[in-house]
Amino acid sequence: MSEVHAETVPFVRDTMLPSAAPPARQSGVVLWLRENLFSGPLNILLTLAGLAAVWGIVSHLWPWFAHAVWNASSIGECRQIIAERHGEGTTGACFAIIRERWNQFIFGFYPAEHYWRPTAVFGLMMFAVAPILFSESRRLRWTVLAVSAVTSFAACVALGAPDRVLLAVGAGFVALAALIEYAPRRALAFSVLYPFLAVWMLWGGSIWSPIAVLAGFALALVVWRLGARLGVGLLGLALGVAAAVWWWAALGPRVAADLQGLMPLALVPVESRSFGGFLLALTIGVSGIVMSLPLGIILALARQSNLPVVRTLAVMFIEFIRGVPLITLLFVASILLNYFLPPGTNFDIILRVIIMVTLFAAAYMAEVIRGGLAALPRGQYEGADSLGLTYWQAQRLIILPQALKISIPGIVGTFIGVFKDTTLVTFVGLFDPLKQMADTIRATFAWKGAYWEPYVFTGAIFFILCFAMSRYAMYLERRLKTDHR
Amino acid sequence: MTDLNTQPRPAPAMGSEIAVRIEKLNKWYGSFHVLRDIDLTVRRGERIVIAGPSGSGKSTLIRCINQLEEHQSGRITVDGIELTNDIKNIDKIRSEVGMVFQHFNLFPHLTVLENCTLAPIWVRKIPRREAEETAMHFLREVRIPDQAHKYPGQLSGGQQQRVAIARSLCMKPKIMLFDEPTSALDPEMIKEVLDTMIELAEGGMTMICVTHEMGFAQAVAHRVIFMDQGQIVEENTPQEFFNNPKSDRTKLFLSQILGH
Ligand SMILES: Nc1ncnc2c1ncn2[C@@H]1O[C@H](COP(=O)(O)OP(=O)(O)OP(=O)(O)O)[C@@H](O)[C@H]1O
Ligand SMILES: [Mg+2]
Repeated sequence: MSEVHAETVPFVRDTMLPSAAPPARQSGVVLWLRENLFSGPLNILLTLAGLAAVWGIVSHLWPWFAHAVWNASSIGECRQIIAERHGEGTTGACFAIIRERWNQFIFGFYPAEHYWRPTAVFGLMMFAVAPILFSESRRLRWTVLAVSAVTSFAACVALGAPDRVLLAVGAGFVALAALIEYAPRRALAFSVLYPFLAVWMLWGGSIWSPIAVLAGFALALVVWRLGARLGVGLLGLALGVAAAVWWWAALGPRVAADLQGLMPLALVPVESRSFGGFLLALTIGVSGIVMSLPLGIILALARQSNLPVVRTLAVMFIEFIRGVPLITLLFVASILLNYFLPPGTNFDIILRVIIMVTLFAAAYMAEVIRGGLAALPRGQYEGADSLGLTYWQAQRLIILPQALKISIPGIVGTFIGVFKDTTLVTFVGLFDPLKQMADTIRATFAWKGAYWEPYVFTGAIFFILCFAMSRYAMYLERRLKTDHR
Repeated sequence: MTDLNTQPRPAPAMGSEIAVRIEKLNKWYGSFHVLRDIDLTVRRGERIVIAGPSGSGKSTLIRCINQLEEHQSGRITVDGIELTNDIKNIDKIRSEVGMVFQHFNLFPHLTVLENCTLAPIWVRKIPRREAEETAMHFLREVRIPDQAHKYPGQLSGGQQQRVAIARSLCMKPKIMLFDEPTSALDPEMIKEVLDTMIELAEGGMTMICVTHEMGFAQAVAHRVIFMDQGQIVEENTPQEFFNNPKSDRTKLFLSQILGH
């Protein structure tokens, strides 16, 4: 005001303006169309070209979907029906293959009388993750839980689970719901135990085996804590790991066998080779996703460490894994490991694949998270340090929450990549839903030549799951937005 | 220059105990000799203002006191504990020494209250409820209790800096370090932060402040230290320092910051 208007008459405001409502937003469909699609000659041209392209694609694909046949027992019958209805030579999808063989797309060669097991495992998974993923929004949490509990229970019924199983599953869902509602912190214990329960239900066998494995982790934890109390930090950790390995290798299996003798509690065992379809993709994908995040965080921190040895090892690991195609790692898992392991050891193929997928994803995850760490201003580290927080406290309370928040898009991108990459297990002879499973079905006489339909179906399911992940990421980013920039 | 009540205050009880002792401190960044033979003793309850041209090593010096920067030679003893490479030792000292930064360094993902209770809960192992009571007490002291549940990003610069001061105070520190706490603030907000610091000084806190607020220095400092090129050039009472500077560098510096 001062310099520019120096020569004008002095001005003094004697009444202050009251605050006014903001102007109403201009809206309306026509206005929107004009502004966004037809604002100038070039824009009009592009809009028309776009419309033409969309029309071209839709008009070609539409008949194929519109003529779809859902009820038929073979591809030949499908073609006949389409020819009868729409005339000789028209195209049409034969989704009857999905209707007839959906069970194999979903469960592979999992024994049909046990289909309820993966189904219940899926329902329980939602109870394990919902308290974590939707910790803030009660409504969202219960919507997700209700939908997944009801569908998976209904599916168990439809899949012919025995009555006592239905009773157990139903009671389990209700008990978990109550736990999540009334003791949310306790419910996290179920999230921790869930992987062991899931492994037992999927692969079957004695319940004491997963319990023995769990006991090994507990042993490691106890030794580590004791070490920490005695002030021998890292040594305690090493001793804990050693104790756990000793337990798993030597004592654990014997104890498990004895307990099974005393108190038999077992499910019919299912071979890894009979896993297939989306059951296989989800088993590998979810395990890889859940384990790669913590491993990636540790690698990212190691890469920033002040200790040269730790840093170098992390860099070597990350660069090596990223430099090699996943398929190579899978081949190593399936073939090479056999040469190195002592003969006669039974190292499950799915477990091997999960390990490789986890390592692969963790290397990418580490780089994504490193980006988030680098984006934090140095002042955050200094603020935390100046208050006397220890390194791990600072990481856990100050640095990682912010770095991970920044990295959400990259992390979820990696998750989505991991999930889609599970289809590569086709190269080690596992029945992934996209290729191996579809090929197996196509190899039967009835469905020879049903080419596109399985791809469209599998693609659609992959899309739904990946899209859900990406929507969740957007939700999470909004929820964690506190900077008000 | 901000308009402060600049009458010298009655000399407060300054103990004879030593809070910080720095002897023959030297520090290099690569081959750049940033601190040269610094000797400084700060007694309990004493308030020191460090001034000097940009790049003279003021920040580096006070950041050595809580080991945000490590030094290569010399001894630093804080609250009777000598600073060594031992991490536990350093974390201990940091929990006793509060620091306020030019750019606040609040944690943007936590509310104001959580910012203030975090370190007491995790470092001092104080129960949450008690930590919250202490935090509210200090938020009242800095006159922003009503902002406790907001995020730092929703506050003005001056409010953020006062939160930062409260956050340090919640650890009940024995010594407070300030590194140009007002130089990122608009003039209006400088006063509210300086007022807070003056109140803190009246409470008898041991303070080491890097600042160019000469009014503040005159009001609260027992001693003003002038640094240039990594060395202490002059050390004097505020009256003497401002009215009767001894060294030519000091005179030049004072003429530059006061004389415009
Ligand atoms: N991390 C670093 N690496 C190399 N040189 C540095 C580093 N930090 C500071 N310096 C240099 O050390 C000298 C002293 O820096 P310092 O930040 O202590 O100055 P200062 O007196 O606080 O200045 P200002 O008033 O601008 O804050 C400067 O010349 C600076 O360029
Ligand atoms: Mg500085």
